[in-house]
Amino acid sequence: MNSRIAHIASNTFREAVRDRVLYNLIVFALLMSAAAVVVGQISIDIERLVVINLGLTAVSLFGMVIAIFIGIGLVSKEIEKRTLYTVLSRPVRRWEFIVGKFFGLAGTLAVNTFFMAIGVFVALLYVSHRFQKQDGWVLVALYFIILQFLIITALTLFFSSFSSPLLSAVFAFSLFVIGSFAEDLRGFASMTQGTTRWLATGAAYLVPNFSALNIITSVAHSQPVSGQLVLYNSAYALVYTAMAICGAVLVFERRNLK
Amino acid sequence: MTSSRWVTVLFSAFLAISLIASVLLQRGVDHLRTGATLEEVLYISSPQALKRLSLGYDGLLADIYWTRAVQYYGNKHHEGARRFDLLAPLLEITTALDPQLLVAYEYGANFLAPQPPNGAGMPERAIALEEFGIRNNPNAWQLYYNAGFIHYMELKDYAGAAKAFARGAQVPNAHPFLAILAGKMAEHAGDRQMARMMWGTSYQTTKDINVRANAAAHLRALQVDEDVTNLEALTARYQQQTGRFPSSFSELEAAGMLRGTPRDPLGQSYKLMPGGSVDLRTPDDFPFIEKGMPAGYEPPVSPKILPSD
Repeated sequence: MNSRIAHIASNTFREAVRDRVLYNLIVFALLMSAAAVVVGQISIDIERLVVINLGLTAVSLFGMVIAIFIGIGLVSKEIEKRTLYTVLSRPVRRWEFIVGKFFGLAGTLAVNTFFMAIGVFVALLYVSHRFQKQDGWVLVALYFIILQFLIITALTLFFSSFSSPLLSAVFAFSLFVIGSFAEDLRGFASMTQGTTRWLATGAAYLVPNFSALNIITSVAHSQPVSGQLVLYNSAYALVYTAMAICGAVLVFERRNLK
Repeated sequence: MTSSRWVTVLFSAFLAISLIASVLLQRGVDHLRTGATLEEVLYISSPQALKRLSLGYDGLLADIYWTRAVQYYGNKHHEGARRFDLLAPLLEITTALDPQLLVAYEYGANFLAPQPPNGAGMPERAIALEEFGIRNNPNAWQLYYNAGFIHYMELKDYAGAAKAFARGAQVPNAHPFLAILAGKMAEHAGDRQMARMMWGTSYQTTKDINVRANAAAHLRALQVDEDVTNLEALTARYQQQTGRFPSSFSELEAAGMLRGTPRDPLGQSYKLMPGGSVDLRTPDDFPFIEKGMPAGYEPPVSPKILPSD
């Protein structure tokens, strides 16, 4: 990473911290503590399951919300405050600005996820009294959640490179919902015929596949995750993220900022 | 005090007062609208629709529905209800959302199968739940055991029970008792020895204190039924020999038919009644008994399950 990208990334991270984004960790900590203590009293035999399901779902949803709501302002806020012109008047290329912003937000989400992961494991230790070998799969689920963040951050950045913050949020959130049905969409496409089939299949492959990256329920049951799935999901997320960032760069390069 | 400080104090006080007032008013509203509880409502009854709406977070939703099912059953059981209309749908939604949630099959079927007030009185739905669980978790021997148990205890379908136990015995790492139960079923179906064997297995294999307490209560009830049957047989024999029923157990002792005063499983002595029948002194401590109840005895609405040993 060149130094200009690194500077933009670190400034984006600092700005997010200044915006009190990490305050969500307090809510998360309260949620995990309450779940760990209360569930044992109101349900039967699912303390460990709830800690994993609730913990990972919260990590995922909190991160998605942060990715979307911070991501939509990454470009528009800089234009609105006119700081973008100051940045671009220096020897900073437009693509470096976009890539730097991406790494800054991705870094914020990674740090946020790291602290939340600690919370999940502390709660797990509280309910199980000791760690088990299969708790390691929770780390894989967390890794997949980070991959989801990379994709949604890149997509939000892509939308915010040409659209208003509100519309960018709507587009990104819609893609998150549609992406959760990606496997169903491919199933529907296979039921159609002719041109419709080609178009439906194309659309089904174009939307991000978030369902393959969500393995929360299976790791909660200590089911192992194959190395092949980790490999394919990692490659898929990186390729999809790269695709969305390329799109954002292409749009932003041609955008009239006057 | 500065004006800014005054504002802080004043508004803090207002905030606290408003908070307390809103809680009190909400309690008042709840009091007025006692029927307006969410408990009896299932807004979305289709498990498939809920699974789609969960956006992939179906595990957490299943945990929430399972907790709701437990709370629903617990509340209904506590108030001695005769109807558990939402229990089966709640369990079916839970298991459709997370088909690997074994606890929902194990306990859920035990909530569904027994007759009210101990359960919903839906043994067929309980069996269907277990079969769904078996299809999704073919290596969980507990599910075959539960299915066999319900076939035996609630449906009196001994062939179905034997079949379920035999299927379970084929599962790798199955409890060895399944094969024994399957074998003994043909020989002892319907007798007390078999029931004792099955409750004994439940008692030994469960990790849950409530299930253990329930099994212990059933084992005590079986013991009482057997004691009362035997004691009444003795009083009948005494009557045949002497032409009258004994007035106390010491007469049976004197006749060499009994050694000591017979006691129930909790250590209380049995009561010998004038007609030769034998009653428990504290029948409330023995839910599930079929014998030993005093004449006109009404069991409590909610059965009293003592903590297990």
